[in-house]
Amino acid sequence: MHLGLFIAFAVICVAGAISLVAQRHPINSALSLIVVMGSLAVLYLLLGAEFVAAIQLIVYAGAIMVLFVFVIMLLNAGAEERTRGSRVAMALGVPGLIVVAGVLMYTLAGHTAAGQDQLAIGATYGPPVAIGRSLFREFLLPFEVTSILILIAIMGAVLLARYHAAPAPETRAIDPDEAGDLLQLAGTHGSAAGARERRRAEHRMREREVTR
Amino acid sequence: MPLSQYILIAVVKIAIALFVLLTACAYVVLAERKLIARMQNRWGPTRVGPFGFLQPLADGLKFILKEDLIPSHVYKPLYIAAPMLSLTLALTAIAVIPIGQSVTIGNANIPLQITDVNIALLIILGLTSVGVYGIALAGWASNSKYSLLGSLRASAQMISYELALGLSLIGVLIGAGSFSLREIVNSQAGWHWNLWYRGQFVAFFVYLMAAFAETNRVPFDLPEAETELVAGYHTEYSAMKFAMFFVAEYANMFTVACLATLLFLGGWDGPVFGPAWLMVVLPVLWFVLKVILFIFVYIWIRGTLPRFRYDQLMAFGWKFLLPLALANILITSLVIGLTA
Amino acid sequence: MPGFHRGDYLLALPMMLLTLFALGVLLIDLLLDRSSKVINAWAAFAGLAFSAAAVHNIQRAFADQAARGEPSSPFFAFSGTLMVDRFAVFFFYLFLAAAAITILMSVRYLEVEDEHHGEYYALILFSVVGMMCMAAGNDLILLFIGLELMAVSTYILVGFLRRDRRSNEAALKYLLLGAFSSGIFAYGLSLLYGLAGSTNLQQISMALGNAMAPGKARVVPAVALVTTAAGLFFKIAAVPFHQWAPDAYEGAPTSITGFMSVAGKASAWALLLRIFLFALGPMRPLYVPILVFVAIATMTGGNLAALTQSNVKRLFAYSSIAHVGYIMLGLIAGTAFLPNPDGIRGILVYLLVYTFMNLGVFGVIASLRRRDIIGDELDDLNGLFFKAPTEAVLMLTFLLSLAGIPPLAGFYGKYFIFLALIESGHYALATLAVIYVAVSAYYYLRVANAMFMRTAGDRVPVTISPGMWAGLAITGAATVVIGIYPEPFLRMVNWSMHVAQNPTVAQLLR
Repeated sequence: MHLGLFIAFAVICVAGAISLVAQRHPINSALSLIVVMGSLAVLYLLLGAEFVAAIQLIVYAGAIMVLFVFVIMLLNAGAEERTRGSRVAMALGVPGLIVVAGVLMYTLAGHTAAGQDQLAIGATYGPPVAIGRSLFREFLLPFEVTSILILIAIMGAVLLARYHAAPAPETRAIDPDEAGDLLQLAGTHGSAAGARERRRAEHRMREREVTR
Repeated sequence: MPLSQYILIAVVKIAIALFVLLTACAYVVLAERKLIARMQNRWGPTRVGPFGFLQPLADGLKFILKEDLIPSHVYKPLYIAAPMLSLTLALTAIAVIPIGQSVTIGNANIPLQITDVNIALLIILGLTSVGVYGIALAGWASNSKYSLLGSLRASAQMISYELALGLSLIGVLIGAGSFSLREIVNSQAGWHWNLWYRGQFVAFFVYLMAAFAETNRVPFDLPEAETELVAGYHTEYSAMKFAMFFVAEYANMFTVACLATLLFLGGWDGPVFGPAWLMVVLPVLWFVLKVILFIFVYIWIRGTLPRFRYDQLMAFGWKFLLPLALANILITSLVIGLTA
Repeated sequence: MPGFHRGDYLLALPMMLLTLFALGVLLIDLLLDRSSKVINAWAAFAGLAFSAAAVHNIQRAFADQAARGEPSSPFFAFSGTLMVDRFAVFFFYLFLAAAAITILMSVRYLEVEDEHHGEYYALILFSVVGMMCMAAGNDLILLFIGLELMAVSTYILVGFLRRDRRSNEAALKYLLLGAFSSGIFAYGLSLLYGLAGSTNLQQISMALGNAMAPGKARVVPAVALVTTAAGLFFKIAAVPFHQWAPDAYEGAPTSITGFMSVAGKASAWALLLRIFLFALGPMRPLYVPILVFVAIATMTGGNLAALTQSNVKRLFAYSSIAHVGYIMLGLIAGTAFLPNPDGIRGILVYLLVYTFMNLGVFGVIASLRRRDIIGDELDDLNGLFFKAPTEAVLMLTFLLSLAGIPPLAGFYGKYFIFLALIESGHYALATLAVIYVAVSAYYYLRVANAMFMRTAGDRVPVTISPGMWAGLAITGAATVVIGIYPEPFLRMVNWSMHVAQNPTVAQLLR
């Protein structure tokens, strides 16, 4: 039964991946990707890696893909326009893909037939306790470095996406002549209208500072 | 146990769980209407049956018999799939929730839980996080601005509060050392409830707030804020499809209430006495009572609190609950690390 | 509790200190107003200094080892994921030096660009942490995460000039292509893991030794090799995986272009050497032909494309691609037919001198940046000699060094590599390389021609900040001194070559 389930979900996974590329509407592509992630989680489960399966579901299907869908919805992205694509890429890519995939599958099948030592994945990596142990013993350093990686990824996203604050006025010196002109434009002092004009001129100056 | 018996037991358990859950959903709606009415000095539904007890049946009939409208401007496949997705995911979560120890019928020892997996908590979290799709897709596929805005709010809110929700559970997990709900309950046996025994009341508070937000309930019900968004993500839905969202919401309420009971209130832990049959029934009773208590708090808060503003909601989640949950993890692990 | 010991932390101390200071910079930055951002630079500088002290501490441990008369063996830490050997120590120093010089050169540049934020310095420190992981990793996971840490920091730094379209475009291109290549690389690593059942480099080497035994199907190892190599070639910008380099180099802040082209490249080379020599050692017969092909393509592509560039940063991007080709010749010499340590030594010497001369070049370009002039077109260099003679002369020194003219540092890099090529019998490759060196002299002299022979477009004097002076002085002095008196530097390289504990590498290096 396990083998049957495995094959079924492997087929679903590959079908989802093909659909992901073939779909024209981004939201359908995103949903296909969710199918891929979900069936991968089932494959992990069948291999005895239940913790990894749950995390795959939570992180990929539940968090990352939600953000994908969210962004697609927010941008209201329409169906993509089809181009013919590169003919060279088709002519070389498709046969190349088939050859590589075929060779890989053939050898992998050959490996199992030849009785090469297979790794009992379920035994080692399945339960959360084992994963915790290997994360905090064998792989402590990569684990900690990953935290730095995530930190800088967050920081980078904030840094690049942050509102482009206008530089503070005092740091950008204004040409005194120009300032004088602007103030003259604003009329003389005293009257309420003059004050309003002056404010407007100052505002214009500030705008200039920003655009420079 | 032979396979046929195994399957039979599983099917029976699923049937019972679904029946109980769906009925409970229907009656919680009634209870909610009644309680809110009382809080507002009204009567609530009284006409259908004695004290309005048959009201849920009438509501159900109405949903089934109504014409199933599909507006012409929707994206059909997703419009139809979205409520099903929502409901399926909401109902699946009940599969891993234990409601008591086990009963022995004949020679079979049957645990009171559809399936006991050692990553039950993660499965529930996974289902909750995937559950966002139902709402997000409903809003998008409806092709209406109210729906879209509602579903965008809902997704953003659920993603934001999921972090606080997940992190608030870590203190409990550190204490219990397992993801299995059954083991977490067993670790609290004898009044050692997480709520006070391991000082997880902060986590409980964070969990409660985040759970309210996850289920889109007052005071976090912005996705369906009537005054701004008509009905939010299900504006374009009617009849059974609307009912599916409705039931999904209440099923989710039950899931988080069960989870709160299991994780913080000792699950079915409570005084047990009397003859053998009472020893089996009492824990289940305690469990059910605790869940009902939670549901009552839900309704109570709905009757009491006004809605948050959206920026307040986000600020509350990211700037208050999240740091609080992180601090709780830090302190709990320090305490456990130093005392172990 | 079976935990980690003092030794583990001492070996990771350089990285830990850098992380600590980087986090410190991020916090301090919040308290600083716009006029005192330079304090960030000082804090980052202090971090580098402390880290260097920690590296020195490790170096002393090697000295103690030698004093006790024991054979030099690497130190392992954190369950064998981290392997600090002399090779790694060499690269640690290299990265720290490159980062320090980059920071010296950055302060003024960032003020001119009006993007002076603490994150810049923090990211430089974080990327050095990633580089250290790449140089000292003994485990595929640590190597990969180090690579990503370095790469992600660099993506952000490339896009640091948010208001500059070119910077945005460069960052996006670099990110997309970089992510794609990381994917290919990770695919290769996953196949290696599948073959060996372990992510440890020694174990992979042993498993590959078995897999490469005569009479076995070598398809999976070959696919693993090709995908891993493709990912690595992308990171060092070798043809045909080089297209990102000119765009990224052109769009990035100039100080970062310099940093990427030396420290980023050196770390990618450290990673490549680790993987090719340690893990993939048994596959030498398979990968040497690939290396030969890529090296020839890289030298050809880099040198020929550089001939026609009118933007100085693009020109030096192609020039740095060409240099990758020369360095790759060192790897070919070091691994083909006869095991030849001179090839590997040549690589290390080359990376050392390249660090100084290329940083110098980008320092000079960065100093030309003013409010109104970006300063990276070839025409912007016109008549530099008449405006700022010192800078022009320094630039000329760097250019001649890059071209490999004898009394300067660049000569030694090429000398060792060509020597190793001839020793290992690659006469054709050596001849080709010499021809390309001659070609490269043409475009370097084009730059010199613009500086000395043309008249300047304006007479605005070039102002140079003290930090930039210091940076240029260090790079210039290093370029000249290594050229005239190379002994101490060669001794340093030789010292770091006592790595060879892994039998495969020992065989290769002895």
